[in-house]
Amino acid sequence: MTRRVVITGAGTINAMGADVPATLAGMRAGRSAIGPLDIRDVDRLTIRIGAQVQGYVETERFSRQQITLLDRYAQFALIAAREALDQSGVSLSGEAALRAGVILGTSGGGLGTQDDNYRAVYEDGKNRVHPFVVPKLMNNAAAAHLSMEYGLQGPSFTVATACASSNHAIGQAAQFIRAGLADVMLTGGAEAMLCFGGVKAWEGLRVMSNDTCRPFCATRSGMVQGEGAGIFVLEAYDQARARGAEILAELAGCAMTSDASDIVMPSREGAERAMRGALRDAGLDRLDIGYINAHGTGTAANDRTECAAIGQVFGPLANGLPISSTKAMHGHCIGATGAIELLACIMALRDGVVAPTVNWRESDPECMLDVVPNEARDVTVTACLSNAFAFGGMNAVLALKAA
Amino acid sequence: MTPDMIRPRIHAILAEQAMIPVEEVTDRQSLADLGIDSMGVVEAIFAIEEAFDIAVPFNANEPQASTFDISSVGAIVAAVAELHTQQHQ
Repeated sequence: MTRRVVITGAGTINAMGADVPATLAGMRAGRSAIGPLDIRDVDRLTIRIGAQVQGYVETERFSRQQITLLDRYAQFALIAAREALDQSGVSLSGEAALRAGVILGTSGGGLGTQDDNYRAVYEDGKNRVHPFVVPKLMNNAAAAHLSMEYGLQGPSFTVATACASSNHAIGQAAQFIRAGLADVMLTGGAEAMLCFGGVKAWEGLRVMSNDTCRPFCATRSGMVQGEGAGIFVLEAYDQARARGAEILAELAGCAMTSDASDIVMPSREGAERAMRGALRDAGLDRLDIGYINAHGTGTAANDRTECAAIGQVFGPLANGLPISSTKAMHGHCIGATGAIELLACIMALRDGVVAPTVNWRESDPECMLDVVPNEARDVTVTACLSNAFAFGGMNAVLALKAA
Repeated sequence: MTPDMIRPRIHAILAEQAMIPVEEVTDRQSLADLGIDSMGVVEAIFAIEEAFDIAVPFNANEPQASTFDISSVGAIVAAVAELHTQQHQ
């Protein structure tokens, strides 16, 4: 059984904004949400910048009873899912609920909860923690809360492939619908790693920038972490058409590959195989692709490898192909990043606006592609790719078509 | 600390990273000569920071732009001696 899969709802909260319209407006304006980190013990960090969700007050969003069970990453997932389902308008009651599920990506899960409670027992010397620490920190908590909130009784689980988690999750959710295992899937990712322990761990790798994120720029100085969630409603095409739903885009294909070489250094071949595979799976020709949302972390290792891989796959076509990394705006949201970046793909397909690579200053001879520097561009795009290449050499590329 | 006091511990850290006997490490060698790759460099710098209780300025994205000279084993010894003096006055 092979069915077409479409996106009928999108939701987000991230440093660019608390919903999709605010996020897309920020992307159009080329606004970077990277700024000083406002977290406990920031004075003991050497990296003190990030793309943090500002002005977020959890008590305005959730009750005290809910907060005892919801880590920040799960709160973000619930907020984004509400927006996506409101837009979709899909019915999830009765029999439909049995054919609906949730597949989310996350890398750190409830890392903030772990950080807080390790601090309580190790630093503060407490011998007791809150009874719900485990259900709050677990990596499947966000997916579980979405299934509970909306009564989704089909398959639900969490995918963890570091920086590619969301793309793996979205690709997997699409396969469930294609194969007839479900009719509606909530999917995407959520991440909230901007806590002392989370940033301290990243500092150790020496790949973090302490000024800002400048992907594909000769003066780039590394990655900057963000946080947030992106959640989508995937639906079988025939069902969406039958109920007259507005289709945001078709999720036409996906490919997953493994470098099988190094735990942190990316390989050109693995990235290449993933892009070629996504094109093949979607039945698309290279000529059809009008935009690539790059992984574009702003590290030397990623940016050079990714540009080389795009050059290999697209050959001379690569020179005329707009490619951008939106991480310079919303930061690297790790397990949620692919989901938030999918919003830029939907904007390209629906609105004909390609989000820019902001903070860009000068060409890097090893990244000589059209990276849409600093300003959004009006381009008609009928199909695009979204890249995600994770630590562990785990790659997932999504292919989308205009509705 | 003088470079002579620092050198043996630097040699030991790099030898461990390169998985060779410490006698085979000389000041004239580069890290590439020792077979230490970029992640090995990051790990060696961490070991140096711990051993001498110093903070080493180093970004793996732009090793050449770093003020910490890692062009040879001898350069690292000199740089660590200087950082130790600066940070432990």
